[in-house]
This record gives sequence, C-alpha cells and structure tokens, in this order.
Amino acid sequence: MSTDTAPVPATERALHDCRDAFVATLLELAADDPRIVAVVNDSVGSSKLGPFGTAYGPRLINVGIAEQDMVGVGAGLANGGKIPFISAAACFLTARAMEQIKVDAAYSQHHMVLCGMSPGMAYGELGPTHHSIEDLAWLRAIPGLTVVVPSDPAETAQAVRWAAAHDGPVYLRISRMGVPDVNPEGYQFVPGKAVTLREGTDVTIVATGTVVVRALDAADLLAGAGISARVLSMPTIKPLDEEAVIAAARETGAIVTVEEALTSGLGGAVAEVVVRHAPVPMRFVGVPDTFAPTGSVEWLLDHFGISAEGVAASAREVLGR
Amino acid sequence: MSAVEEDLVPALDPTGLPVDELPVMGRIDASAGREAVVAHLAEAARQVRRRDIQMIRAAGLGHIGGEFSVIDILVTLYLHALDVTPQTVTDPERDRLILSKGHAAAALYTTLSIAGFIPPAELSTFMRPLAQLNGHPARTKIAAVEASTGPLGHGLPIAVGTAFGGALDGSPRRTVVVVGDGELQEGSNWEALMTAGNHRLANLCVVVDRNRLQQGARVADTNDLEPLADKLRAFGMEVVEVDGHDHGALVDVFAAVPAASGRPTAVIAHTFKGHPISFMSDDVAWHHKVPSPEQVATALIELETP
Repeated sequence: MSTDTAPVPATERALHDCRDAFVATLLELAADDPRIVAVVNDSVGSSKLGPFGTAYGPRLINVGIAEQDMVGVGAGLANGGKIPFISAAACFLTARAMEQIKVDAAYSQHHMVLCGMSPGMAYGELGPTHHSIEDLAWLRAIPGLTVVVPSDPAETAQAVRWAAAHDGPVYLRISRMGVPDVNPEGYQFVPGKAVTLREGTDVTIVATGTVVVRALDAADLLAGAGISARVLSMPTIKPLDEEAVIAAARETGAIVTVEEALTSGLGGAVAEVVVRHAPVPMRFVGVPDTFAPTGSVEWLLDHFGISAEGVAASAREVLGR
Repeated sequence: MSAVEEDLVPALDPTGLPVDELPVMGRIDASAGREAVVAHLAEAARQVRRRDIQMIRAAGLGHIGGEFSVIDILVTLYLHALDVTPQTVTDPERDRLILSKGHAAAALYTTLSIAGFIPPAELSTFMRPLAQLNGHPARTKIAAVEASTGPLGHGLPIAVGTAFGGALDGSPRRTVVVVGDGELQEGSNWEALMTAGNHRLANLCVVVDRNRLQQGARVADTNDLEPLADKLRAFGMEVVEVDGHDHGALVDVFAAVPAASGRPTAVIAHTFKGHPISFMSDDVAWHHKVPSPEQVATALIELETP
C-alpha cells in the first residue's frame, strides 16, 4: 500500500468539537427567530452557550442544577410558542428528567429540542455516573421522540437547523469528543435517512455519531484483507432508516453495528429491523451490559473494541474469515 | 344523528343511573357585579359536582375526593378569573391554567364543559376506549388542556416555563397552576418554585389545593409540608391563604394577581376532599373510591340543598 492511499489514522486528522457547530448554528438561527431560547442547568460552560447569553440575554434561561424543572420549563416555553433548546450533560438530562422527557416533551408532542451534551463516554475519567451510555436505548423506547446523533460538525449544524424547524420533540446527542469531518462536502442531513459513506458487498458496518470515523477506518483495514465493507452512517436512531438496513442485510449478508453506547441503542434498533425483514448474522460493537470503568474516552473506546481494529475483528468474525 | 353521536348521549349510564345533562353556563365577568358572579359560580360548581359524581360512577374509576376539593377553584378560574374562552383557546395571549393534579381530570373536563370548551355530551365518553377524555388530561387531545399531567410534580415547572414565555414577550397574560398539597412532596415543585421566586415571575400564580389528604393517609402523617406558607414565602412567593370553597374569596384572590410586590403569587386554598358531601368530606377513603348507586343518589340530594 503506497503512502498517499493509506488511510490517515483518526489521531492525525483535524478534530472538531461538535458543540462549536451547535452553538454557532444556534446563534445564527436565534438572530432571525426570536422564538429560539436556550434553557440550561448551570451548563452554560459545558454547553458552550456563553456567546448565546451575551447576544440574547434573557433568552438564555438558567434554572440551576434542576433537571426536572429544566425540561418542564422547556415545555412551558413551547406552550407559549417559543422553540426551546434544552441543553445539559446527557447523563443528567436523560436520567434525571426521564419522566419529563416522556410526558412533557414526547407525550405532549411539544416542539422542543433536548440537547444531550457530552454523551457516551465523553466524560471518561469522571466515571460511570457521568457516562451516558444508556440514553440511546432509553430514548428510542419513547414514542414520538426523534433521536438524532450527528457524526461531525457539518451534520451537527444541519441537525440543529432541522430540529429548530421540526414541529415535534427531538433528542440531539452532541459530543465534546474530537471528531474529524466524515461527511462529504455539501452534505445534507435528512432525518430518518442513513448515509452511505462507503459502498461494499461483503458486510455492512452501521455506525452512529462519534465513532463513524472508526467504522471507516475499520473498512480500510478490511479492504487490506480483501473484504469489501459497506459503511452506513446512521444519524437518526429513531425513526431508523429501515430501508437502508434491509438493503444492507440483503445485499451484503452480514451487519456489524458500532456505537459509543450500550449496544441496546443502535445495535438493538438495527437488530429489530433485521430480524423482522431480512435475518442475517450480526455483531454488536459498543458497551456490553456493564458500566464502563474510568479512563479517557479514547482508552475506553479501545477497551471495548470500539476501534478500527475491534470493528474489523467483529466483521471478520461475523463473516468467518 | 350518527351512530357515534348517539353513543355519546346515553339516557342512562352503564350502571342504569340517569345522567344529568350539564348546562353550558359560560364565563361571567366582574361587570355583572360581585353578587351575580358569586351566584353564577356557586350554581356552576353545584352542576359540575352533580355531573362529576355521575361520570365517576359510570366510568367505575376516578378520583372523586380530590375532584370535589378542587372544583370550586377550577370553576372560579375558568368561568370568571381567567381571560380565556372557547373562542380564544389558541390565542397566544390567552391566560393559561395548568391542572398539575391531573388525577382530578373529571373535575377539569366537567368544568371545561360548563364553560363551553367541551360539548356536554362528550362527558359520557370519559375513560371509554379511544376517548379524548383520558383518565388523565392530555394536551394533544383537548384544545383547552395546556399540559399533559398525571404523574405529579410536572405542572409547576411547565407553568414556570409559560410564565417565562409571557415575560419574554412582555405580555400581560397570566399562568395559573393548580397543585395538590400531597403533590408538593415531589422535589420538582421546589426546583420550580426556586426558579419562579428568583426570577420574580409575577405573572405566575400557584394554587395549592390544601385538602390535607393524599392517597394513603393525611399529608401530615406521611411527609408533612408545614410550615407551608413560611416555606413558600422563603422561596420568594407572595402568599395568600383562602377558603378554597368560598367563591367570593377566590374571586378576590385571583383579582390581585399579579401581586403589586412583583413576586409570584401562591394561594393556599384550604379545602376538604369530597366537599361538601357528608359521607365523603375529609375522608381519606374517598381518594379514588367509586360511589355506589345509593351513595350517588344521596350525594345528588345533598347537592340540591344550598
């Protein structure tokens, strides 16, 4: 393999913090639309919303360390015609305010955007109390809630724009973990649609969010071993792109899912479609039924095999090659 | 009349008891004079209780104790104090009422019906399969329902959000949230009260239906709230105590919102669960007990007597 065609390891690509795209987009939208407000739980800094407060003052509502109140306040603002972006660490937003997300947002079908910041194992060293690996499994179980997991800054910006215009509740999972650009130039986010980042015929790797880049790297490793892997990025966990999953199962005959979460998130969602429509062998890369230990996010991802090597190994295992 | 419409107006409920047709009495404003307002509200509350007890009997389910304690509050709000009518139910500038104690759904539906928001015939669908009148109110089903409630401790934070929205818009619209006293054991209420007090949301009015009973026992014997008024004051509220069954007193209290102090108002409305029925009043057994046909008959006779 020559050096100019060799894959650039993730660590050597320019990495971005998707929160920057989130805030920049929100600032732009808020300039034109006075209905847009932000609600936080002492999370101005961790949401990077300082500039929003500077620009729009009272439209940044900080309820303090009070997550149930925060989501309820968002629902009340939506009742008054505002478009609230409720932004807090994903671990607290989802776990502490789960009933408010279920009742005040989803059952009530309010136009409100729940922004889960630094999800997965982004707060790696802070330990399992601060990890949010359950959120995808929890929230995809709630009827009427759209669950969006952007993979890079461009997709984050698009998803924020879409959520601001979508008349319904949305959970937006936005990481602080550095990610490279993975989507092509001019990319357009379409809710409920997968993105085929690489064509392939032997196996499909379905990945979401921060770890899409690791799936792409795995496909490179597999190509080196003569295995043709399709890579699907799945920015919407709910509603899931069932067509793309069924086509992947039928056309490639095996599926590996990859996520920075318990495998009952994306993995469970994909498996439910596969088993109903096109049963094929599957493997699930993510956190198994365990709390993650303490460590840096990169260390934790590798620890759980959520790495190019780990994903490639799972693909070879499912293929028996 | 279609088959579905016929189904909505049975002459008898499934238990064989006659069903009273609930009149639509509508809103009465202060220009009618205080005496006329109070008489209108008293008659409306009497009619609402008559229909409510029959609904609970027909459905075989419900929370009649907490409904009878809150009916005078709801009637005073929807038929007089609030600036909202069936014609303005989607107007952004309407006043909002959020019934946080959503288990008192039947009281809300009957009050909304007598105020003209829900056709009286629809009350017969309460808790039937696929009915819009769920066992707990759903905002996606009834236009006048501002918040889906049922699990306790949700209404107050939502009300704080609507009050914030009004303040951001510079609007005079008011938000009233009715909470049960037992419900105040949920911590989310205190998060919301802290927010409301610190942000001086004067357009917010929190009404505590202080019937002193919760599902299983007296509030005082479960996890006591006292000194409630002091606690609310400490959270930055303007606190008023009132007889929650006295329509005239309730009229005066709501007329004083927003408070001149610029603080949000908390109204501690002293009520009795099951009021004013002799065998239900202040008895914890009537949290969600269904009355027998004889008890319904007795209650209806008691409700005839002023």
